[in-house]
Amino acid sequence: MLSEYALSLAVWLPIVGGVAVLATGDDRRANLARQLSLAFALLTFVVTLPLYTDFNAGTHAMQFVEDHAWIDAFKIRYRLGVDGISLLLVLLTSFSTVIVIISAWQVIEKKVAQYFAAFLIMEGLMIGVFSALDGVLFYVLWEAMLVPMFLIIGLWGGPNRVYATIKFFLYTFLGSVMMLVAIIYLYNRSGSFDILAWHDLKLGLSAQTLLFLAFFAAFAVKVPMWPVHTWLPDAHVEAPTGGSVILAAIMLKMGAYGFLRFSLPILPDASHHLAWFMIALSLIAVVYIGFVALVQEDMKKLIAYSSIAHMGFVTLGFFIFNAQGIEGGIAQMLSHGFISGAMFLCVGVLYDRLHSRMIKDYGGVANRMPVFASFMMLFAMANAGLPGTSGFVGEFLVILGAFQVNIWYAVAAATTLVFGAAYTLWMIKRVLFGEVANSHVAELKDSTPRENLFLVLLAAMVLLMGLWPYPFLDVMHASVAHLVQQIAVSKL
Amino acid sequence: MLAGPEIFVFSMACAILVIDLFLPARWRALCYWLAQLTLIGAALLTFKTMTGASVLTFNHMFVADNLSVLLKLAGYVLTVFVFVYSRDYLQERGIFRSEYFVLGLLGLVGTMVMASASHFLTLYLGLELMSLSLYAMIAFQRDSVVATEAAMKYFVLGAIASGMLLYGMSMLYGATGSLEIAAVARALTKISPNDVILIFGLVFVIAGTAFKLGAVPFHMWVPDVYHGAPTAVTLYVGSVPKLASFALIARLLVGGLEPLAGSWQTMLMILAVLSIAIGNIIAIAQDNIKRMLAYSSISHMGFFLLGILSASPNGYSASLFYILVYAVMSLGAFGMIILLSRSGFEAERLEDFKGLNQRSPWHAFLMLLLMLSMAGVPPTAGFYAKLLVIQSIMKVNLIPLAVAAVLLAVIGAYYYLRVIKLMYFDDATERSPIQARWDMRLLLSFNALLLVGILPWVGTLMEVCRRAIQNLA
Repeated sequence: MLSEYALSLAVWLPIVGGVAVLATGDDRRANLARQLSLAFALLTFVVTLPLYTDFNAGTHAMQFVEDHAWIDAFKIRYRLGVDGISLLLVLLTSFSTVIVIISAWQVIEKKVAQYFAAFLIMEGLMIGVFSALDGVLFYVLWEAMLVPMFLIIGLWGGPNRVYATIKFFLYTFLGSVMMLVAIIYLYNRSGSFDILAWHDLKLGLSAQTLLFLAFFAAFAVKVPMWPVHTWLPDAHVEAPTGGSVILAAIMLKMGAYGFLRFSLPILPDASHHLAWFMIALSLIAVVYIGFVALVQEDMKKLIAYSSIAHMGFVTLGFFIFNAQGIEGGIAQMLSHGFISGAMFLCVGVLYDRLHSRMIKDYGGVANRMPVFASFMMLFAMANAGLPGTSGFVGEFLVILGAFQVNIWYAVAAATTLVFGAAYTLWMIKRVLFGEVANSHVAELKDSTPRENLFLVLLAAMVLLMGLWPYPFLDVMHASVAHLVQQIAVSKL
Repeated sequence: MLAGPEIFVFSMACAILVIDLFLPARWRALCYWLAQLTLIGAALLTFKTMTGASVLTFNHMFVADNLSVLLKLAGYVLTVFVFVYSRDYLQERGIFRSEYFVLGLLGLVGTMVMASASHFLTLYLGLELMSLSLYAMIAFQRDSVVATEAAMKYFVLGAIASGMLLYGMSMLYGATGSLEIAAVARALTKISPNDVILIFGLVFVIAGTAFKLGAVPFHMWVPDVYHGAPTAVTLYVGSVPKLASFALIARLLVGGLEPLAGSWQTMLMILAVLSIAIGNIIAIAQDNIKRMLAYSSISHMGFFLLGILSASPNGYSASLFYILVYAVMSLGAFGMIILLSRSGFEAERLEDFKGLNQRSPWHAFLMLLLMLSMAGVPPTAGFYAKLLVIQSIMKVNLIPLAVAAVLLAVIGAYYYLRVIKLMYFDDATERSPIQARWDMRLLLSFNALLLVGILPWVGTLMEVCRRAIQNLA
């Protein structure tokens, strides 16, 4: 009974929760809002767990499928389901939301209910994006999610928040409308909005190429790929910590997920034709953005650029069309979800104390905050792809996959191990180590139990995935194998 | 009794006018209630005329079909909302007179006649009745200079447009030998679509229609009228006559001149693209929200034309859906301006929306919904409206047009976002709580919540629109 509606529950529970939290009213009842949202976030997480435990890893078919009529006139249906590709992203979403809510507990003091409600509503929408099997449903959720994020950055963000949030909204909206045109085209060709039916739709090469570019506009902006990444550093820098975490951990993944759900299986021939283009952009992201990250003076900006470089890895993995590459890409998405989230939270912990994100304002933090410093060190190592952490799994698999295609792809990609280590560790050195830099740093207090709680949770995931990736990779084998097969068959 | 609703509303409007003469000032609210009762009564009468088929009467000058029923019902609902929203506004400004309601009802009768027109004369009659009521309504606040100026402009330009339309109709009469729409359509199948007189007449008809619609390059009156008229009148101008525009186009172009679709398609395409582009771009430069919404309405008319120019049943129903959703959005947006206005103060500058989230989170949320819906952001009804018209033009392979339209929609999103930015991200300069009657609050909330597009009514309305245009052509 429950598993029949598990996905709907995971989508709607947080949204209903968000509305309930909004109903608590103004800041006089802030504590009630906090407790209520934590309860809903935990409940949603619990609801999504059976998706994993009851998941049948032996098949590539969609599971937990729900299919109801929605708008009959246009055969738009409310159709949800997960496979090995989307399952873990759903769990990542519900997990990250719990973390975000704990992390914002005392930090957010004004308009508390609205803040937590925005995150809960966004959680529901994001889970919906990962599980939608109807084109219009997917598009509606994909776009609707911009609204809470727009408000989160604009209401609780930094000094330049209005510019950043409008840029964020218009940039992603511009990309998305092209996807809308593509979705309508596919509907007119196939007579339905069923994404899985589109997988089998025969399309000519020129149509495929145009559709590919239309989807590319939406997904590349979201990933973001070089050169349409410029909204991300602005949005990250201005967003409140929670906003940055969700942006990096989940929202960027939606773009990459789009490639797997739409571009590759629906447009295999165009994907092959344009693979050189995608690989080139990915490698530019990995190498060039790595350099850009190196010179950043703002910690959040540095992590934002490091995100772009890591996402370059993901798209590289997808467009080499073998199982290692795609699995590596998905593993990298998950791992990046944990690590970038953790890194942004670490910066948030420092920011809450000193109200600065500039590297030069820190130095010798480890002397005053030893516990926090060890966490941050761990996450930095994971960001650099140290074996034993989750960062290693994805990068290793992608490089392995790239080797089979072209050794130079692998070589270029592998440079990230050097650059990643360089920019992350250099930042860590300047922030955590050395002598205590100034009187503000000298007064720092170590992380509180609440902060330790979310850092421990994330550290556990990073290590679990790094040391024992089997439970993460096992569920995706069948789906990825099916996807590889789909890409191999020409539709011409 | 097919014309029962028109006769009823018209007689009631006259009756209210007479009753008002004998009423003391403090009893004037009675006129308001009578007007509302009229609308309810008309709705009941309209339900009776609903047959599902297309029935002609008055020597084939008047038709009752699904489309006319739908447009009339929508007209009543919109007018009820308009009257509720404007009640306090009019009272606070000392212009709470029965004429407002009478003119509103007469404008509605004009719209209803157009919705049921099956003859060029009936169509023209309805159009003029509606336009004349609008001229008077705009000039209603006699001592306002901007309002009288707007009324003057609208009257002069509107008269030219009516003249053009009439001239075009006479050309068509010359070419086809009939004024009855169905007969014109029949005659056209026998004449070459490149006949000079025919094309000449068509150009005039399209120009006149575009004037009434407010499509670029015939849009000059729109910002002045929206801005100059008292907000209670703008509310009316922005909603009910849009139904009349659809009726005009559906009866004239679709019902009568569909054999010439090849010619008017190109003309409408130019009008549509220019309207979307210029409407959206100039709206960015406005700091008066009524002017901004005027330019926004120009761009919405462009989107509306997209569905029509696809010249397919699919597109007509998409446009009908679009115009209905637009009327609801426009109603809500102007309703919100009225809500924020008080006696002696018009909340018509964009800054007046600053910090609305601090003053009243609920009303800020409603305005957020309205703005997102206008911008076409899911999950609002405005998104489905855009989805349908774009689907319809892509179906007839006008893909570059679809791409242009969605890209221009992104430009449009900017100025709607700016309103949201003012409401949510800026500090309030004005902190007084929002005062309004309970019925206005309730209806306004209902109005905005209607736009939450995940609700089932969206699908139902699409189906209703599809049926409405079934026996049109």
